[in-house]
Amino acid sequence: MRFYARRVGFYALTLWIAVSLNFLLPRLLPGDPYTILLARLQRSGDVSPAVQNSLRLLLGATEDQSLWQQYVSYWGNLLRGDLGVSVTQFPTPVTDLIAGALPWTIGLVGTATILSFVLGVGLGAWAGWRRGSWVDGVIPSTTLLQSLPYFWVALLFIYVFSVELRWFPIIGAYDVFTFNGPELSWAFVGSVLYHAVLPAVTIIISSVGAWMLGMRNMMVSTLSEDYVMTAQAKGLHTRRIALTYAVRNAAIPSVNGFGVALAFVVAGSLVTEQVFSYPGLGKLMIEAVRNNDYALMQGVFLMITLAVLAALLVMDLVHGLIDPRARHRD
Amino acid sequence: MTDQPTDRPEVRRPARRRPSRDAKLVVGLAVVGATVLFAIFGPMLTQDPRSSDNPVLVPPQPGHWLGTTSLGYDVLAQLAEGARGSLLVGVVAGLLAIVLSLVFGVVAGYARGATDEGLSLITNVMLVIPGLPLMIVVSSYLEVRSLWVVAIILGATAWPGAAVVLRLQARSLRSRDYVSAARVAGESTPRLLGMEILPNLLPLLTAQFLFAVVLSILGEAGLSYLGLGPNGSITWGTMLNEAQGGGALTRGAWWWFVPPGLMIAVLGCAMSLINFAIDEVIDPKLRQAPTAAKLQRKARKAGLDITSPAHDDDTPRPAPASRAPDPDDHKERVQA
Repeated sequence: MRFYARRVGFYALTLWIAVSLNFLLPRLLPGDPYTILLARLQRSGDVSPAVQNSLRLLLGATEDQSLWQQYVSYWGNLLRGDLGVSVTQFPTPVTDLIAGALPWTIGLVGTATILSFVLGVGLGAWAGWRRGSWVDGVIPSTTLLQSLPYFWVALLFIYVFSVELRWFPIIGAYDVFTFNGPELSWAFVGSVLYHAVLPAVTIIISSVGAWMLGMRNMMVSTLSEDYVMTAQAKGLHTRRIALTYAVRNAAIPSVNGFGVALAFVVAGSLVTEQVFSYPGLGKLMIEAVRNNDYALMQGVFLMITLAVLAALLVMDLVHGLIDPRARHRD
Repeated sequence: MTDQPTDRPEVRRPARRRPSRDAKLVVGLAVVGATVLFAIFGPMLTQDPRSSDNPVLVPPQPGHWLGTTSLGYDVLAQLAEGARGSLLVGVVAGLLAIVLSLVFGVVAGYARGATDEGLSLITNVMLVIPGLPLMIVVSSYLEVRSLWVVAIILGATAWPGAAVVLRLQARSLRSRDYVSAARVAGESTPRLLGMEILPNLLPLLTAQFLFAVVLSILGEAGLSYLGLGPNGSITWGTMLNEAQGGGALTRGAWWWFVPPGLMIAVLGCAMSLINFAIDEVIDPKLRQAPTAAKLQRKARKAGLDITSPAHDDDTPRPAPASRAPDPDDHKERVQA
């Protein structure tokens, strides 16, 4: 029980710190985001006093309230789900925009993360099993892929496959000329998959190396354990030694890492989304930054943090449930 | 080949593994050295990177070895100037990150108790708050960003990973006999940390530093690409940002956007190579097990039955050699 209480406490504390950062940053750093934002807002139409007030709370314009009072009202607004309104798409509340973008990010980055994990752990286990052979010589070098600037790889892909060869579309998540919006039809699903190929391949290339090297190294370590030698001495079948004795134990750190990677899916590929103009959270946030749409920017940051923390908490609780050692260590 | 049938793997191992590790190290150091030289001397030899009196968007040719941009800047000159910016950001951010990870990692790992709890809590909080979005938020509120400001933002978000690694290692070093001996002999805590713990963390520190530098150069490139990089300075990231804005992709100007990314990629790979070499020093298992397995396979192919009858062509065997010098030492590291 102590384990669960500690984990929940830790994430609650982190959430409180993240929200407070969100509250303090615009107030502590130089610049006057509220005035910039209000000036932009008034160009696009009338701004009601209620909206002005909510934005002032978000961005901390100088007012006769004390910092503490502002902080309390800020939390009040957050708990009511009021994150302000967007400037770029004027009367739309920030929460609606986030809700529209979230599924795209989760769909694309989530799928790519799962594929990358399966591919990386599979190849890593193979390389570790055949340690010292040519496979093992090739696999570690793929971790060099991690040092590539992933958005630059995306640019290269667009240049080669979209501009020169015209195999794939340059931007977007689906064909906007054929479909007015998301709909339920095979043609639409096909279009979505077709548009997701290049972004997904970019994400996989930049992350698969880490899985491979981690798994390969654990595999090498595990294979020199005494119990593997015992298994061989007993004359067990090679496949059984490889899968049940080696891979199963060597994969534990990778599986833990996979949980964390899944949790960071929403934060994962902001820049890649921007390169491909993929309508996820990353593009939403960067567009907000470009247009000084501070309320939207803060909303996305808060949402990303919240999602990451919630996912990590679930992972931790599940981990504690299935692995008693985790409960006792803490 | 002077293969002698009686040669046992153990005897030949040192001679075998050296070249591979040294090759990684030499290639890595050579590339990093060349990039540093390019950053120091390149800007002196090329034209003014901010001069636009050149023909616009010409492909590579004599005089403009990497072509020009849509505003008439010489790409090679920008690349040289950008090397200075990117390296400066990377090294400053890397140093800041390593100093922070020393405080939050080594001190926490050594101190234990309440200090450890407090410092680890901060590390863990920083670890789970998504870094890139935080950097984007902070950068967007700062309207004036110099190279130094960007470096500080990157360094201040890049340290938690290194701190976790260093803390575990410091904890394990703390309980070694020689540290206990020094403590009993009455050495002060700062001296213990500086003279006993730190020297043994040096390979790990170097690896984490290089990693932080690569991460920061990549981070700077990402921020700059989004238009949140240093104002008024040229880095590889701002070049990519301008290339994207200037339509380099659709106009087919590959000489504009390929070189900056390639420089980052090559530098990053070189630093990773150095890190691999360091990794193999830190964890002997990584270099001994594959070499031993390879030697056994070779010997079997040469008709030498060095182990029990093989039931498969290359069934890997737990290499006896890999159990080598100090088994306890291995276990501790693997767990860490």
